[in-house]
Amino acid sequence: MTTVPQQRPTGWRKRDKWWAAAFLGPQVGGLLVFLVFPLGFAVVLSFMQWDGLTEASWVGFDNFRAQFADPEFGHAIWNTAKLGLITVPVGLGLALLIAVALNSVRGKTIYRVVYFLPVVTSSVAVAVMWKSILASGDYGILNNTAHDLFGVTLPDWLNSEQWVMVSVAVVTIWSSLGLNVVIFLAGLQTIPPQLMEAGRIDGASPARLFRSITLPMISPTLFFTMVVSVISSLQAFESVYILANPAHNDGARTIVYQVYDLGFKQFRFGLSSAAALILLVLTVAVTLIQFGAQKRFVHYEE
Amino acid sequence: MTAVAIQRPPRRRVPAGRIVLHTVLILGGLTMLFPFVWMVLTSFKSDQQMLLNPQEVLPEPWRAENYSDALTAAPFARAFWNSFYIAAITVTGTLITSAMAAYAFARIRFRGRGLLFGVFLATQMVPAQVTIVPLYLMMSKLGWVDTHLALIIPAMVNPFAVFLLRQFILAVPAELEDAGRIDGAGHWTIFWRIVLPNIRPGLGALGIIVFLGSWNSFFFPLIFLNTTELFTVPMLIAQFVGQHDLTSYGLVMAANVVTVVPMLIAFLIGQRRIINSLASSGLGGR
Repeated sequence: MTTVPQQRPTGWRKRDKWWAAAFLGPQVGGLLVFLVFPLGFAVVLSFMQWDGLTEASWVGFDNFRAQFADPEFGHAIWNTAKLGLITVPVGLGLALLIAVALNSVRGKTIYRVVYFLPVVTSSVAVAVMWKSILASGDYGILNNTAHDLFGVTLPDWLNSEQWVMVSVAVVTIWSSLGLNVVIFLAGLQTIPPQLMEAGRIDGASPARLFRSITLPMISPTLFFTMVVSVISSLQAFESVYILANPAHNDGARTIVYQVYDLGFKQFRFGLSSAAALILLVLTVAVTLIQFGAQKRFVHYEE
Repeated sequence: MTAVAIQRPPRRRVPAGRIVLHTVLILGGLTMLFPFVWMVLTSFKSDQQMLLNPQEVLPEPWRAENYSDALTAAPFARAFWNSFYIAAITVTGTLITSAMAAYAFARIRFRGRGLLFGVFLATQMVPAQVTIVPLYLMMSKLGWVDTHLALIIPAMVNPFAVFLLRQFILAVPAELEDAGRIDGAGHWTIFWRIVLPNIRPGLGALGIIVFLGSWNSFFFPLIFLNTTELFTVPMLIAQFVGQHDLTSYGLVMAANVVTVVPMLIAFLIGQRRIINSLASSGLGGR
């Protein structure tokens, strides 16, 4: 390849440059217009105070300072972290358990279909369905049944500051379980049966087989689902927006809700962009940390 | 029981483990199904029953009017059409443009290819929510706010799609293209006649992912649409819930059933392909 700059490009190669430009045009152009430019615009906005109507003014790092001092933003960070800390380990753990179970039984298809139903259902519809289960008062079937059958009074899942994120986490786990199960199942099916057989002949217990063969062999899949789950927790919005009441409950405020609230309800574009950029930094940081940890924990076949 | 167990050869003990596995899986499956079943049951209940006996499992009486009431209370047919045609155009545009870009990254040599592809991959890390305020300001300058263009055009820019299709194109045997080139075919002919037909499974999987993503998306419609007639299905149901929330659960659930069932039927018909598409490419339409 190093010799290429020395020789003059042939006509064929010269034309290739134009072909490449033509083929890449729509996606690269779209990326510049709808992603790169708005991202730069967001950076500029984050240093300004602007409501879209009056004159904009340069405020330096004030928006970022204001966000870090804002207790609502603190709630947003904490709630988002809480959601991730519940959904990632519990959601992936359950999915792995079910995938391992499914991998060793017949009749996978019917189970796969049933577990997958929530995945193809819109998050809005899912939230509406769960609202009638988790609601307090007369309508929520869960609290009603607990009260009538066992005389227990359960918390107001969707309106209590303490419990709302746990409820959102449960619904999130429920709706993404099927997707994680089929991804794990696909990973499990790449494990050569001879490997398990060899372990079994050596007298390894099922727990030992799982720890020493299954886990290392599917660690790339586990890593991939972890990255996706963490990122989708960071971006949580729709579930809290429909299910809970983040406008009146600080316990349900997520980072994206904060961005939405500041930008589209309060029209404070600068503050909203600052919050959005903090979200971007968090996303990139978490992704890089995970890729760093990958070297230590993920086993790739040679 | 112990006597029976001793008589049996040890191999026969395996079904006992299977029964435990199936029990766990069935319990999990029921947890998956319960919210759907409960939604359907609630959709037939009257307001009166919800108020007086909310814990009753079966509707008494079965009130099918909830469905006709829901369908006349909001323009659901319109929302279905909106969601469908937005998703269809988004899928078509995404497939064509991302396959073109993927072809360039896989098969055309040009300087800076590796770098540009790296940038493409890196942009996947930027959440759409980060650029939403500037995007809104741009759309309002363009006059695209409260139009479907604001939902369709930005959604076609999809680095993940380019990445996925590039993988499929790299797997197409180069000899096929060489044969075409000897016959004097240019890049466009090779792309259109040789590469595209050979990556049909990839296009199918991507089409399913993009369709689901568009059909179920809520954040962008929430930001960009104001007029009820332009609403997509998730937007309409969200508005419906806001309007009827505490007064009429049966009605809300009937509306929800109307929006969920067509997707579920489509899913059941194509379940194998849909599940495999999402499993193999992972990201789940987000």
